[in-house]
Formats: sequence, structure tokens, C-alpha cells
Amino acid sequence: MASVPADRQSHHAAHPPAHQAAHHPALQHHFDNLEQQKESATFGMWLFLVTEVLFFGGLFLAYLVYRTQYSAAFVAGSHHLDVKLGVINTGVLIGSSLTMAMGVWAAQVNRRKATVVFLLLTILLGGVFLGIKGVEYSHKFHDNLVPGPHFTTDQSVFPGVNLRHVEIFYSLYFIMTGLHATHMVVGIGILAVLAVFAWRGKYSSAYYNPVECTGLYWHFVDIVWIFLFPLLYLLGAHAR
Amino acid sequence: MSEHVSSPKFYFLIFAALMVLTAATVWVATLDLGAANDIVAMAVAVTKATLVVLFFMHVRYSTRLTALTVLASLFWLGLLLLVTLSDYWTRGIVGIPGK
Repeated sequence: MASVPADRQSHHAAHPPAHQAAHHPALQHHFDNLEQQKESATFGMWLFLVTEVLFFGGLFLAYLVYRTQYSAAFVAGSHHLDVKLGVINTGVLIGSSLTMAMGVWAAQVNRRKATVVFLLLTILLGGVFLGIKGVEYSHKFHDNLVPGPHFTTDQSVFPGVNLRHVEIFYSLYFIMTGLHATHMVVGIGILAVLAVFAWRGKYSSAYYNPVECTGLYWHFVDIVWIFLFPLLYLLGAHAR
Repeated sequence: MSEHVSSPKFYFLIFAALMVLTAATVWVATLDLGAANDIVAMAVAVTKATLVVLFFMHVRYSTRLTALTVLASLFWLGLLLLVTLSDYWTRGIVGIPGK
């Protein structure tokens, strides 16, 4: 933890310059030690995640407001989503969280190659998720379920509900899953950089903050999906 | 450094629990329970999220500052939802003169 300047002076005085030279190369000069540096990094990452919670929170709020307003249209819209693909993607994403956690573990126990492998597996599973998402999106384009001037006017697809209200469901579907997918694209980019650094041996049990913090981000994105999946896909499941 | 390192076996256990909960929530969704469908689905989602936060995100072994930050995010999210929905979800319950 942070020490007062007097402590720091005595600390430095008690150790010869040789100790200074032995400092871990990843230790930034404004931190006392690697532990304090890791705590700061984790705290900073969590503060960012708080803003992310509220970022997505606004969309979940919009969903709740419209869902209670246009309940029947939302059930009809949800009914039209592919639950099977949603379930597969949930499994894929939870699997990627496992490989991410294992990547952090591998760095913690100094297994360089395992760290790289788990990071690459996480990228792969993230890619599979985005691929399946792309298949779903293309189905929606094909079925004219993308909000806008081409949104379906075929009442037989959604009998008994206002199509404008179904369009609101699909607006929220595309914005929420789209923002989620954007986060995954960013995450995959960061993971690719991490994999290169991990391969070069930058991370070890003494220093793996970037792996840990990227893990926090990746797991957060997983949690967003954990809530999106039931709210979007399972809402109309019992009406099948 | 007093770093907690979870074993791979433990991570696989959490993964298995998350998959079982996913299967459970999909199965429950096929039953028509009325309003209880949503309650069960959200309860399962909150349970899954808690497992991820505590163990994959290591909050169970982190400093109090981190735990407090996580709780702060829930507090602000709660405010956002509570204050807004207490308006939208109560419209029509109370008669507003002149409206």
C-alpha cells in the first residue's frame, strides 16, 4: 500500500542502489512496488467497468421501459429469434471466459506457451461468437426485421401486435447486441496484442496486469451477454 | 506478494456450473409460468453473473477497494433503474389532475 514520503526515504536509504537495479522492468517509477502497481491497475480497470455497467445499464433501462409498455409485441419479436443459435453462442462465450481465466492462470504460474495458447483460444471462441452473430444478423436482414424503411409490413409474421412496436424490439435487439459485439471486436484486438507480448515473454507471475485487466474486460462482456440472452431470446420461448 | 491463484480444476467447475445454469434457464423458459418466467430467468442470470464476478474476475480474493467498486456500480445501476422505472411503471396508477 501507499507509504508516506518519510517511509519511502528510509526505505531507499536502507537499500543500496543495487536493489534499485534489481527492480522488475515492468515496475513503473511512480509505484512503490509491483503489488501496489497491480492494485492500482485493477482498481482503474474496475472504475472503467463501472462506467461500462452504466453504459449498458441505460440500454437495459430502455428495454425495460418499452418491454412493459409493449409486452405482447416484445414476446412476438423475441419469439422470432433463433433460441438454438442464442444457446450455442452463450456456451461459446462462457467457454471463452473459461479460456480467458485459464490464460490469466497460465501467466500467474509462469507458463508462457500456455498463456499464448489460452489467449488464442479466447480469440478463436470470440470469433466463433461473432460469426454466429453475423449469421443471425443476415437472417434478420433477409426477413426484413432490421428497423428502418424496409422493416416488414407483413402482419402475418407477427399476428395481433403492432408492427411498429415489434420494430422497437428489433431496434433494441440490434443496438444491444451490436454494442456487445463491438466490445468483443475491441476485446479480440487487445487479446491479439497480448498474445504477441505473451509470446515474447513479457508476462510472468510477478507481472501480468495487462492479462488480468483484459480478463476483467472480457468477463464483463460475458456478463452483459448473460443478461442479454434471457431478455432477448428466452422472453418468447414458452410461446413456441 | 499474497496472490491468490485458483486451480484450473476450480475454473472448470465454475464453467460447468455456468453451463448447467444456462441449460436450466433455457428449459424453464419453455414452461409457461406467467410472470415467474422473468423472475426465474433474472435469478439465474444474476447467479451466473455473481459466479463470474467472484471467481473468474477474482473479486472473492481481491481487496476491499475492488469489492466496494463493484458494489458502487450496482448502487448506481440500481439508482438509474429504480428512479426511472418508479416513474414509468407507476404511470396510470396515480390519477394526475389535468392530465
